[in-house]
Amino acid sequence: MTQAGASLRVSSKYLAYLVPLGAVGFALLIGAIMLLAFDASPIEGFRALFRGAFGSTDALIETAIKATPLLFVGVGITIAFRANVINIGGEGQIVAGGLLSTMTALWLPDLSAWIMLPAILIMGFVGGAIWGFIPGYLKAYFGVNEILSTIMLNVVAVQLMNYLLRQPLIDPAEIERGTRIPQTERLQEGADLPLLFGSDRLHIGPLLAVLAAIAAYILLWRTPLGYRLRAVGQNPDAARYAGIPVKRTITLALTLSGALCGLAGAVLVFGSEGHRMVTDGSTAGFTGSAGFNGIVAALFGGLHPIFTIPASFLFGGLLVGGISLQRAVQVPSALILALNGLVVIFVVSTDRYRQRLRDQDARRDALASAGASSVPLAADRGGGGEEP
Amino acid sequence: MSEFFTEAVLIATIASGIRFGVPLLLAGLGEAYGQRSGVLNLGVDGVMLLGAFGGYYTVLKSDNVWLGIAVGLAIGLVLGVISAFITVTLKAEQGISGIGIFLFGLGMSDLLFQRLVGTPRPIDTFPRLEIPLLRDIPWIGEMLFRQNVVVYLAFLAIPLSMFVVNRTTFGMKIRAVGENPEAADSLGVSVAKVRYGTMLIGGTLAGVAGAALAIDLGIFQQNITNAQGFIAIALVYFGAWRPFGVMLGALLYGFVNATVIQWKTLGIIPDSWSDIAAMAPAVITILALVVVATRFRAPSALTKPFERGE
Repeated sequence: MTQAGASLRVSSKYLAYLVPLGAVGFALLIGAIMLLAFDASPIEGFRALFRGAFGSTDALIETAIKATPLLFVGVGITIAFRANVINIGGEGQIVAGGLLSTMTALWLPDLSAWIMLPAILIMGFVGGAIWGFIPGYLKAYFGVNEILSTIMLNVVAVQLMNYLLRQPLIDPAEIERGTRIPQTERLQEGADLPLLFGSDRLHIGPLLAVLAAIAAYILLWRTPLGYRLRAVGQNPDAARYAGIPVKRTITLALTLSGALCGLAGAVLVFGSEGHRMVTDGSTAGFTGSAGFNGIVAALFGGLHPIFTIPASFLFGGLLVGGISLQRAVQVPSALILALNGLVVIFVVSTDRYRQRLRDQDARRDALASAGASSVPLAADRGGGGEEP
Repeated sequence: MSEFFTEAVLIATIASGIRFGVPLLLAGLGEAYGQRSGVLNLGVDGVMLLGAFGGYYTVLKSDNVWLGIAVGLAIGLVLGVISAFITVTLKAEQGISGIGIFLFGLGMSDLLFQRLVGTPRPIDTFPRLEIPLLRDIPWIGEMLFRQNVVVYLAFLAIPLSMFVVNRTTFGMKIRAVGENPEAADSLGVSVAKVRYGTMLIGGTLAGVAGAALAIDLGIFQQNITNAQGFIAIALVYFGAWRPFGVMLGALLYGFVNATVIQWKTLGIIPDSWSDIAAMAPAVITILALVVVATRFRAPSALTKPFERGE
């Protein structure tokens, strides 16, 4: 790489740290003001929050488990965003993956665990992939705005889930008792996600999510397919002239993105404490809004799969700690969701500014090393993390 | 099924379908202004949720539904300014910044509700306003002219919006800024001002839509909009960016919802099937998106922040 490339890397690295810190500082400041407005002590509240999230082994395990769907979704979102496709359909894709893997476990009760485990993960992957393929195909071949189609597919998925969990898949015991909670029976033990380190709670989900992040990183920066995805994301016209099948690549980006969200769905079901799929009639009842919070983690991680790992852990921790905060100062944990919104706003609002800084850097370096090979101007749009 | 096709039931279903469509209509019309000027505001659902809580809480405390609407309007106005600042001044990616507003509204409305109210208590709902003479027209009178005031106002907003967009200078500027901001700018139109204007209208209408929803239902609960704000955004595409088209979409949603509820009440379909039936509008919307995408053209500058050239 040229000199320009080197110094570009340094300056974006600064920004990569500054923006998340700024976002957290901003969110915590607003959070503190809100706590004060509710007559609660911010110090006490935040102390409870951090202790609840990271203060003990149990807390860390809970945080890791909460972070798992965020990481899957965040990595999925990153793949789509890198191809300049906005996937707001995480919620629906999680549900689709959860449903398909649940049905697999219900309908194939006699499989041994060795086949069962891969089967449910694959079916989760497939379910999400289907739910991502539809908007991807519609965007690539009909020009349908993917933001809208993914949102509408969220609506379809939640109704489908409500129907299936209230009717054909409902736990027979719920009908007998007349309680009719929309949930399946306890799924077969062979499909329980294996536990790690002799813990009774920590399952392999977090590990799978980290592996998925690493795989996505390799895919994006070490394979021809990843190169195509990023090329289409940066300049579809140039990619087309270079002979890249743009339409197929866009479809694939959303399909892969959905598939990763679908894995989150499978892990949510088979790693849950009840070992069953359950909802309360809303999407969030099953997903815990992971489809949206995963976007927050991805943005926070600079749309880079590896940086999304700590970002997911942080936001998982905030969600877990929010419950301790609620207990300590009687301010509802919905506060965390509101603050997540502010983080998103902060990150995207400063994006332009960062972009300009990067462009200035690149231009200055280009002048300095005039004549050097082409300048990787504005390396990757939208990213704070940047090419490693 | 035969009990559904009686005069009284059909008329009642259509009447409530019109009512159910109102929040979607208001929010969708507001969103249409923004999109015509080139701004895709994805935060509508968040604004609606906060407007809904504001409206609900005000009516709970004051027993005055109009004050509730006014509070919803004010909340929408403030959030409209904030959204405009984010997308127009800071030029944030529109596909994502709106999700931030949504998450903020979703969390904040729930937080305020749990903290300030706790257990849901019902509130006064809108009084019905029967329009003299017109209300006596057979069928039509009962469907259209025995509604509450907000329904009339919402439907009056359609011709008003058509007039504003198509016949006024402001409307001309909106369209110019949405289609070709560079040309509009070179003619001395302030792209930023026009977009702030449309975002204010959009935010205000979303806030009112939320308040109207909560007051019409007479209750508030977590995530009360159930994605209606997002559906409203899709309806703008559904209606090919025209106020009249947005109305058709809103009515479609309203009628399907009303029919499903009516069928459930009459026992025509079992409760569980209603989930499948409730999928229909979303599926239809997706199909409509395909048709619109191939037949109509979105405003050229939609989602593109304006940069003045050098």
